Amino acid sequence: MTDKVLMKGNEALAEAAIMAGCRHYFGYPITPQTEVAAYMAKRMPKIGGTFLQAESEIAAINMVYGVASAGFRVMTSSSSPGIALKSEGLSYLAGADLPALVINVQRGGPGLGGIQPSQSDYFQATKAGGHGDFRMIVLAPASVQEMADLTVKGFDLADKYRMTSMILADGTMGQMMEPVSLNYGEPTKYDKSWAVTGTECARPHNIVNSLFLQPDELEKFNFIRYERYKQIEENETMYEEYMMEDAEICVVAFGISARVAKNAIVQARAEGIKVGMIRPITLWPFPKAPMLKASEKVHTFISVEMSMGQMIEDIELAIRCRRPVKLCNRVGGMIPSPDQVYASIVETAKEGGAQ
Amino acid sequence: MSTRQILIAGFGGQGILFAGKFLAYKGLMEDKQVSWLPSYGPEMRGGTASCSVIISDEPVGSPIVSTPDLLVAMNLPSLDKYESSVVPGGTIIVDSTLIERKVARDDVNVVYIPATGLASENGMPTLANMIIVGKILKLYDEFNMEGVNAALGKVISARHQDMLQFNLKAMELGADA
Amino acid sequence: MVVFEKPKALADVSMHYCPGCTHGIVHRLVAEVLDELGIEGKTVGVAPVGCSVMAYNYFNCDMVEAAHGRAPAVATGLKRAMPDRVIFTYQGDGDLASIGTAETVHAAARNENITIIFINNAIYGMTGGQMAPTSLPGQVTQTSPYGRDTSHCGFPVKVCEMLSQLDGPEYLERVAVNNVKNVKNAKKAIKKAFENQLAGKGFSLVEVVSSCPTNWGMTPKKALEWIDEKMIPYYPLGVYKDRTAAKEQGGE
Repeated sequence: MTDKVLMKGNEALAEAAIMAGCRHYFGYPITPQTEVAAYMAKRMPKIGGTFLQAESEIAAINMVYGVASAGFRVMTSSSSPGIALKSEGLSYLAGADLPALVINVQRGGPGLGGIQPSQSDYFQATKAGGHGDFRMIVLAPASVQEMADLTVKGFDLADKYRMTSMILADGTMGQMMEPVSLNYGEPTKYDKSWAVTGTECARPHNIVNSLFLQPDELEKFNFIRYERYKQIEENETMYEEYMMEDAEICVVAFGISARVAKNAIVQARAEGIKVGMIRPITLWPFPKAPMLKASEKVHTFISVEMSMGQMIEDIELAIRCRRPVKLCNRVGGMIPSPDQVYASIVETAKEGGAQ
Repeated sequence: MSTRQILIAGFGGQGILFAGKFLAYKGLMEDKQVSWLPSYGPEMRGGTASCSVIISDEPVGSPIVSTPDLLVAMNLPSLDKYESSVVPGGTIIVDSTLIERKVARDDVNVVYIPATGLASENGMPTLANMIIVGKILKLYDEFNMEGVNAALGKVISARHQDMLQFNLKAMELGADA
Repeated sequence: MVVFEKPKALADVSMHYCPGCTHGIVHRLVAEVLDELGIEGKTVGVAPVGCSVMAYNYFNCDMVEAAHGRAPAVATGLKRAMPDRVIFTYQGDGDLASIGTAETVHAAARNENITIIFINNAIYGMTGGQMAPTSLPGQVTQTSPYGRDTSHCGFPVKVCEMLSQLDGPEYLERVAVNNVKNVKNAKKAIKKAFENQLAGKGFSLVEVVSSCPTNWGMTPKKALEWIDEKMIPYYPLGVYKDRTAAKEQGGE
């Protein structure tokens, strides 16, 4: 028998956050991530932590900003329209170099959209989290186990690089149950001498701030931040390669789309089609290098995503448009079926890259 | 068995999700790979509810069951909606207390069981779901008590331990029906 | 013998405020209170967006610069994470009573154990004199060039009166800093607002009726007189809520 337990993705994520040392959670109700808040509401009071239902998404992210300023691990979770409201706070967190973890359990959009799973916040997460030049580390779990593991990883990366980590999940990842085992060591401690914990009149005051009225000074901070981003691109990119050794067709998919694509790839392989997959685990930094490398052997890429084609642009950039990239997608809360992905693979195999 | 794809569907409140959770946990206790995925949203509040359960020897790919090996239909809309999706040679279990019509397909195995009626007659009106679970275990010859007890221990919370016996009895009823 | 010196909690830098602006007075009062209560080392202040945005440079305690209107939410996070620290926000009227209304109201409703210093000078100063939520009816500003027309853009927000309707807040008082007597009262109120936090009593807000000679288009002296003539009649000074006092008097 196993030591694993069945947990919903949202709950595994919440428990993993607590195990990572997060004792402060602020949120606002929105489907389909409510389980995270409900879990925190139950657990936090019992372990001396804070759960607070904020008056708005905006207040929640600013409470996160406050706790992060004090140097504690802190998180908030929401779903697409709520993340849009938080974008002001995301920009300020970046401008003040504060670590935080933000969860987006995506739903269909734009506008109020729907409540079914979606991946259409890809641009928002990887390119336009808010105003100004900044990045967030974007982690895309494809299982309940990864919902938990990437949460712990997200806190570590946030602390290490003093920035926001975002878990970009979707309704299926949040709602599904799978076996998980939550075994993490003691949370790693990071230097937080910058935090505003009170000077005790023994050191110069710390200031957490994103305002720099002198343009040369502001430019300098942007340069420094982007140097850090460069290190992250070099050191923290994560992806999974699946059956890529001899692949002539490369599927690129993340999250639930990657799970669906795996079924289709198994089916196509049984028919003798040489197809594999690169699954980005970090969407920013995007795994450009393995894709560029794959483009030497692969004749066509297929981007399987639950958006109108957002990640496909990053694939084209990564492979410098050397190969055609096809889009296989569903949107609005619809999930591509293995059959749809299989059909796209078969069609691509027939074309053989002749376009 | 390599992979079993199960879709359980009915009204919210019939214990659809619970039945699925039990089956998934039983698979887990037997060292299988499992996934459980509910429909969510307004459907939770009295409309049609369904859940996908996959039990496999291999890592589970997509957790969404779109072509089930086994469909459990606990109301008519569910049978209407999913009948055609079952793989040829698959199985459909119909709660014949609530669904009057017969399954139209002839390329699938069909089991009619008056689960809701049986549940009321035996003083356990909320356990039609577990009567059907008993039937599933019987059909697939997977009624080993070790797995059943372990899974029940996981899905029934400590303060509802008194429900354990009722659940076991419901499963026995289903197995014999 | 030293007869007058800068409070220790006030940084030894020159401020950017306009001549005659009362921000300097209120900064000094806050710093004196931090000194007198001996809490500078365990205090974290939150600066707003507005004229006092750079307050983070003027206080020697640790400081956080918040997004526009969000200071009460940021302070909530700070206080929840560090209940033994003293957390205050310093906000203007645009910040607190317009874009940050929700954060203000809900921090008050939660009786969040923080101190808020609210500067009401009836105008947006930093951006050059636009109509504020607290601009008086008829008041001429850059964005109400024909005077604030209440049939078009509504009435001023009276923050103390509004918040006093809530069960949450511990202490709400409106003061002014346009003459020596008022400044002395303002200091008492500010001190009380910090003492309340130290005693764990909860949300304490001091609204300071202030002047903005530059954007009001007046001399500093005339601006101080205008406070008496126009501002205070519309925004009467006094205690709007004091739960502890009410309890002591058996009123609650």
